[in-house]
Amino acid sequence: MTIILGIESSCDETGVGLVRLGSDGGLELLADEVASSVEQHARFGGVVPEVASRAHLEAMVPTMRRAFDTAGIALSDVDAIAVTCGPGLAGALLVGVSAAKAYAMALGKPLYGVNHLAGHIAADTLEHGPLPAPTLALLVSGGHSQLLRVDGLAGGITEIGSTIDDAAGEAYDKVARVLGLPYPGGPPIDKAARRGNPAAIAFPRGLTGPRDAKFDFSFSGLKTAVARWVEARERDGEEVPVDDVAASFQEAVADVLTAKAVRAATELGIGTLVVSGGVAANSRLKELAAERCAAAGIELRVPRPRLCTDNGAMMAALGAHLVAAGVKPSSLDLSADPALPVSTISV
Amino acid sequence: MLVLAVDTATPAVTAGVVELADGTPRLLAERITVDARAHGELLSPHLRDALAVAGRTLSEVDALVCGIGPGPFTGLRAGMVTAAALGHGLDRPVYPVCTLDAIASDVPGVPGEPLLVVTDARRREVYWAAYDADGRRVTDPAVTAPAEVAARVAGLGVTRVAGARIFDFGLPVVGPEHPSPLGLVAAADLTGAPGPLTPLYLRRPDAVEPAARKRVSPG
Ligand SMILES: [Zn+2]
Repeated sequence: MTIILGIESSCDETGVGLVRLGSDGGLELLADEVASSVEQHARFGGVVPEVASRAHLEAMVPTMRRAFDTAGIALSDVDAIAVTCGPGLAGALLVGVSAAKAYAMALGKPLYGVNHLAGHIAADTLEHGPLPAPTLALLVSGGHSQLLRVDGLAGGITEIGSTIDDAAGEAYDKVARVLGLPYPGGPPIDKAARRGNPAAIAFPRGLTGPRDAKFDFSFSGLKTAVARWVEARERDGEEVPVDDVAASFQEAVADVLTAKAVRAATELGIGTLVVSGGVAANSRLKELAAERCAAAGIELRVPRPRLCTDNGAMMAALGAHLVAAGVKPSSLDLSADPALPVSTISV
Repeated sequence: MLVLAVDTATPAVTAGVVELADGTPRLLAERITVDARAHGELLSPHLRDALAVAGRTLSEVDALVCGIGPGPFTGLRAGMVTAAALGHGLDRPVYPVCTLDAIASDVPGVPGEPLLVVTDARRREVYWAAYDADGRRVTDPAVTAPAEVAARVAGLGVTRVAGARIFDFGLPVVGPEHPSPLGLVAAADLTGAPGPLTPLYLRRPDAVEPAARKRVSPG
């Protein structure tokens, strides 16, 4: 039995998780504490890196204390430490990586510098058990929108497609601003969309033409189309039907994401789709993914919302997979890599 | 008393092991690299290596001393979170020390003459503070254009300068450019409970609230 400490600080959440790896390879979540600086970014309409980094420094040790209190274990019970070393915001990553190195030294335990995106996939194994190989993963959040082929969490993640401009979550934030809804845009747009008509406005589906990259995404054109549509109504002195705009925008996002994911799974002969990342909490995305996966005979796995957004438990889970696979730990001179490629699961 | 000293508020990555007996700090080992981009990468290995050279282990450490700036944000945080996490992991107190005070305490000759200490704040500014003949800081740490500090030299009564060699204040240069482990320990107040480990940023984050929404339609 092994206890893994996970540390996450790639964006605006300071996450500390504790996971127990059983002798049968099963994972048990012991603690998942997150301190978020999201409210401090609200008035800027997006994450301010320096504000996030300051918040990480303040929150790191208190969040760590809360996690050990919740788990009811001592620091000395930890057997290994996993920390996000990329991709993410450079200054934010540095706080978590520096802290993780210090804890690894203080406790005399091995340290794994690990990939944030692989962590999002590992989050699902905390809830639904081991992943079949291969699995297709759709990661959608404010920072990333990617389709990944997963042949194993300890090695073997390949990018199938990704956004060529904005992340899906970014498009939500920008459209929310256009509609006068608060930041972050995901929850308020989802709420408004449930009251609106998703077929009211035909917004464009990016990169879905016959010559477009099959598995890449683009949300920039959609965001601009929404803004133009709203501006035209405003110019004509008409009231903007916020609920219908939200529903039609959300439908366009969910349509493209699920259509491409299901097509990729079908073409690659993959029977399982994991959807994770902050946008995976979106009600329409889940609904449409369930519908289309069922029709295509694909098993759909979506972790609960709390595990979809950035947290330390997912990094601990990824660390547990690496420990179980006997992967070599990182060295103490590891550094954060804001552009860490998804194929590099640990450094 | 065995003290681990850490500072990342200047371009130097500073780590040292200091023995404190009868109030006199004695350096056992130090590892210092001047590389403003390597704080996150090098600090922990430096601590490990300094301990190895000193022939001590982390479990023997009684307290930590950490420079809290002022300093450029990203580098400064590497040292502060390292010290905070080590303190938590080892269950040992972490004593904050103003980095400028640590440089001042490395200047020989106290009591001596009033001193100005400056470090590089980038963006054509310096962090600075003034010290009296007994080595006591007489101004709050501040961030200012160096020419403005130079204009105040007479009023402050300082007659020598230590720290970063990035501006000619017309004063004799004494003391080190970066804090040393000995200076950090000498400047820290290790009696009683440690004060809060709060960074001296002295600047607000660069962040602009968006103005009215930009139109995307032409005209
Ligand atoms: Zn994420």
